[in-house]
Amino acid sequence: MRIELSVNGEPCEADVWEGESLLYALRERLGLPGSKNACEQGECGSCSVLLDGKLVCACLVLAAQAEGHEIVTVEGLAEDGRLHKVQEAFVAAGAVQCGFCTPGLVVATADLLARNVYPSDDDIREALSGNLCRCTGYAKIFDAVRMAAASL
Amino acid sequence: MDVLTPRSLEQALRLKAERPDAVPIQGGTDVMVELNFDRARPAALLNLNEVAELRGWSRQNGRVWLGSGLTYAEAMERPLAEALPALAEAARTVGGPQIRNRGTIGGNLGTASPAGDALPPLLVCGAEVKIASVRGERIVPLPDFVVGPKRNVLAEDELILGVSVGGTESRQTFMKVGPRNAMVIAVVSLAVRVDGDLRAAFGSAGPVPTLVRAGLGDVDSFPQRVAEAASPIDDVRGTASYRRHALRILTRRALDRCLV
Ligand SMILES: Cc1cc2nc3c(=O)[nH]c(=O)nc-3n(C[C@H](O)[C@H](O)[C@H](O)COP(=O)(O)OP(=O)(O)OC[C@H]3O[C@@H](n4cnc5c(N)ncnc54)[C@H](O)[C@@H]3O)c2cc1C
Ligand code: FES
Ligand code: FES
Repeated sequence: MRIELSVNGEPCEADVWEGESLLYALRERLGLPGSKNACEQGECGSCSVLLDGKLVCACLVLAAQAEGHEIVTVEGLAEDGRLHKVQEAFVAAGAVQCGFCTPGLVVATADLLARNVYPSDDDIREALSGNLCRCTGYAKIFDAVRMAAASL
Repeated sequence: MDVLTPRSLEQALRLKAERPDAVPIQGGTDVMVELNFDRARPAALLNLNEVAELRGWSRQNGRVWLGSGLTYAEAMERPLAEALPALAEAARTVGGPQIRNRGTIGGNLGTASPAGDALPPLLVCGAEVKIASVRGERIVPLPDFVVGPKRNVLAEDELILGVSVGGTESRQTFMKVGPRNAMVIAVVSLAVRVDGDLRAAFGSAGPVPTLVRAGLGDVDSFPQRVAEAASPIDDVRGTASYRRHALRILTRRALDRCLV
């Protein structure tokens, strides 16, 4: 089936299989491999995107449900070739090791900071509780979020 | 596979009658896991996201109406969270933010898991489930709606419209035991409400979430009665005896919270 949706501000169309996820459609049909596929069951958050401004796991949205809706992926955060403040902070804080969790954490952090400019450590913990990282132990990720919050 | 996306409730009910094999999908947080892992390959999916009548909540003659499309994130927001505090507390324990932005009350009822976290708070608030098909509407009290582990009374042409709940603004609370504060299926869960009588409902401690009631004079024996009403099993998440023990302790703490 063919779906029409907006991705990162651009209207686009994709031919998808009826039962496939938005994550699969983004990665395999629309050439946007930034959102990562790790668990396909909502546990890891590495596929996090914004659907009509709400943070969701793209692996749990049926591609056909995105018809007529607005998606923002990690690829849509940078502006004019310049990284988003959250991305800059992740680089500067050394919050990236293997990097597999990074796109999801960057999108989740951008979502947090859009709602809450002065997040407490508990706010950060809660906002990122749906994102898993197997490498960093999270300390540097927290540093990055605090750094990004300070720079906004 | 076909995806059917009705734009109104009337259309949704008609499609469900024509295609009883179509699996409803709202937040997809249960349905998509089945699809992604090839555990289910339904002939059709009925996408309810565009049916405005299923969304939101409202006050109705002293009760609160929750549309089946109400998300956990919405249940956590004031003023609804003040009207139904136990449901709001339960919603806050569901998955992580991504799951709470998509997962719905209607989906929790549809899945009817013994661990469904919305179910104990709804039980203590006297929830009645409103169901519809092209044949008409019916109202089923929540204890009669869930008939077994992951089984409910829906006929193949029926959809859940939402639930009506009472007990708003009463003293109520929710507690959940799990290995961490997010992303856990309950080892046991418990909602308690004190309002004219004592009510407790537990999850993950029997084949279905279960309601226990007693008079206000039975505060001391209530924790034991709740533990005895459970029929837990040993599984990967915990043992039966731990679950009973935890229920007794949680009921005591929940009563302390509600009786201050
Ligand atoms: C990572 C993760 C964590 C989770 N954590 C929790 C948790 O902590 N606590 C908890 O209780 N659950 C949890 N869940 C399970 C799930 O999120 C909940 O059961 C949620 O309420 C399902 O809602 P949904 O809208 O996503 O349902 P869907 O997946 O869209 O549907 C679920 C079921 O309900 C049926 N259905 C949906 N709407 C209707 C309707 N209107 N009429 C008839 N049938 C309908 C569907 O056909 C399906 O059988 C978790 C899931 C994931 C992936
Ligand atoms: S791939 Fe979607 S949450 Fe893990
Ligand atoms: S950096 Fe490797 S999983 Fe997070």
